[in-house]
Amino acid sequence: MAVIAEPIVKPASRFRFILDRRDMLGSIFVAPAILYVLLLVGVPLLMAVYYSVSAYTIYNPTWQFVGLSNFVDILENPVFRETLYNTFIFTFGSQILGLILGKFGALVLLRPFPGRKFVRALVILPWAVPIALATVAWQWMFDSLYSVINWTLIALHVIDRSQAPNWLGNPDLAMLSVIVVNAWRFFPFAIVIFLAGITAVPQDVLDAATVDGAGFWRRNYQIIMPMILPIVAIGLIFGIVFTFTDLSIVFLMTNGGPVGATSVLGFQGFQTGIVSGDVSHGAAISLFMLPVLLIVVVAMLRFIRRREI
Amino acid sequence: MAAVSTRDIIKKFGEVPAVNGISLTVPHGEFMVLLGPSGCGKTTFLRIICGLERQTSGDLLIGGDIVNDIPPRARGVAMMFQSYGLYPHFTVRHNIAFPLKTQGIPRTEINKKVEWASQLLGIGHLLDRRPRQLSGGERQRVALARALVREPTALLLEEPLSNLDAKLRASARQEIKQFQQRVGVTTIYVTHDQVEAMGMGDRIAVIDGGRVRQVGKPTEIYDDPADRFVATFVGTPPMNIVAKNDGYFGFRPENFLPKDMINGEACTEFNFRVDRSEYLGSERIVYGVIEGFDPKQVITAKLPPAHVADEWIRPGEWHPFAVRNSALRQFDNDGKRASRH
Repeated sequence: MAVIAEPIVKPASRFRFILDRRDMLGSIFVAPAILYVLLLVGVPLLMAVYYSVSAYTIYNPTWQFVGLSNFVDILENPVFRETLYNTFIFTFGSQILGLILGKFGALVLLRPFPGRKFVRALVILPWAVPIALATVAWQWMFDSLYSVINWTLIALHVIDRSQAPNWLGNPDLAMLSVIVVNAWRFFPFAIVIFLAGITAVPQDVLDAATVDGAGFWRRNYQIIMPMILPIVAIGLIFGIVFTFTDLSIVFLMTNGGPVGATSVLGFQGFQTGIVSGDVSHGAAISLFMLPVLLIVVVAMLRFIRRREI
Repeated sequence: MAAVSTRDIIKKFGEVPAVNGISLTVPHGEFMVLLGPSGCGKTTFLRIICGLERQTSGDLLIGGDIVNDIPPRARGVAMMFQSYGLYPHFTVRHNIAFPLKTQGIPRTEINKKVEWASQLLGIGHLLDRRPRQLSGGERQRVALARALVREPTALLLEEPLSNLDAKLRASARQEIKQFQQRVGVTTIYVTHDQVEAMGMGDRIAVIDGGRVRQVGKPTEIYDDPADRFVATFVGTPPMNIVAKNDGYFGFRPENFLPKDMINGEACTEFNFRVDRSEYLGSERIVYGVIEGFDPKQVITAKLPPAHVADEWIRPGEWHPFAVRNSALRQFDNDGKRASRH
């Protein structure tokens, strides 16, 4: 006699298919990210906003409300204005240099050559190496006595030993040095962005340009560059935001010096708010980055949308 | 003097020859179609003509001059690509003007020519749009205008209709053909679609395995195929090819008719067993085998549907069929055409 298995009856639950519902599952997946942003970005930001309108210092932890006087103070301070100027120079200098290196590197890495895979892996290193290690290495390269850059230039008879530049001691050269280090750190990212963009340009379009009589430069600057501009602009937004708010390279390499020549907003905010304990002014300095970055990012996003093709 | 001619062009990628010795002459004003299955080397050959690829050996002549080492921009040929290759960040006007700008032609002259080309193709109202705002057919016209604007010695078209839907394709076919006749530009047109080839080409070059199998007018290609490949590649359904002792013979499905449809002309008779049939409205395709030959060889017959009633076509029944002797084609053992009638 055939035995038919009894069907297993599960108690029907209202929540049985809850994970199959798109809206539920979506909320569950997104929740950790939202919590993270709220707790670790939102709360500190609100605290910073509060500090910036209070008279809070670590010596006198009062919550006394002082309005916008902290902002007036820092704007009247010539050191702050110089810092703001430095930040712009540092950010845009290193972005421009990084983009040029990135474009050049992408063009080199686009064509197959022996050992390309190895070089591609190697090129990512500046981006992957811990910033502190890399900066210490650069510090030695820029050292006033042991600089390997100077040694090379002297050996090549480009400069004389007596006029060897003091990279981190001269205000202009120090700014150039931190820009070079930051560009060095940024350019592998730029290469990746450029490579991704250039590979996405349809071969037909490039072939059409070739047959239409465009040579190497025209293809690059009238066809490829305008077509990948939106992608590059996104990369540039990242670069600008990270550089504008960065203090690690300056902190590790020049400590803002000489005489504040390489002091940037993030560094000054840290010095004032944490090291000197003037939390309210530090917060005001740091918050100053927000409107500046907002303007830059919104302007660039609008530009991208207009160029969207 | 031919507009384009090639002498024994060979192109190897590594050891593999993609083009294996093509010699072809295209006179001024001709519409030449390169027809072949995908991977036969026709596109590579086209890319060699416009200079995007350099042949491994052989000579390429454009307007009578050897241009082997002349860069694409100086060859005076224009090419329209399969997916058109329009510049997405330029307006239509700028797209059409681009080949003139690269030649450093003065602005007023450029405007005049852009005007001329856009009038010719009826896209004058689209000049300020960008490619993404255009339909497939409009994009194609823009691509054609861009190719023609500098009045090339030869116009190269790479499968230009493959991105259009079937309906649009039929009208685009007519349009390109009429347009070419009006402008009179020498055209080399690559396609794998035999309908396009038959319908548009002044002459067709059938290409397979990197070689030209046959060059001729559409009627020659269809009626007198040079070998078994051409015979079976052109025509739907393809020519029936049957093995015999000393080679093969072939006949087109529409020439394989019930005996009573042939009125006393000299013919060869076959006993035909019907296996299945397809009614296609305008015609009926009948599949079966013929007695006395390879029983696995499926033979197709294309019959006018009105002539044959449904019940006449019963699977398994034998019918007397015949082919007019004038429609029979003989092939050697190596597949080449044996003797011409």
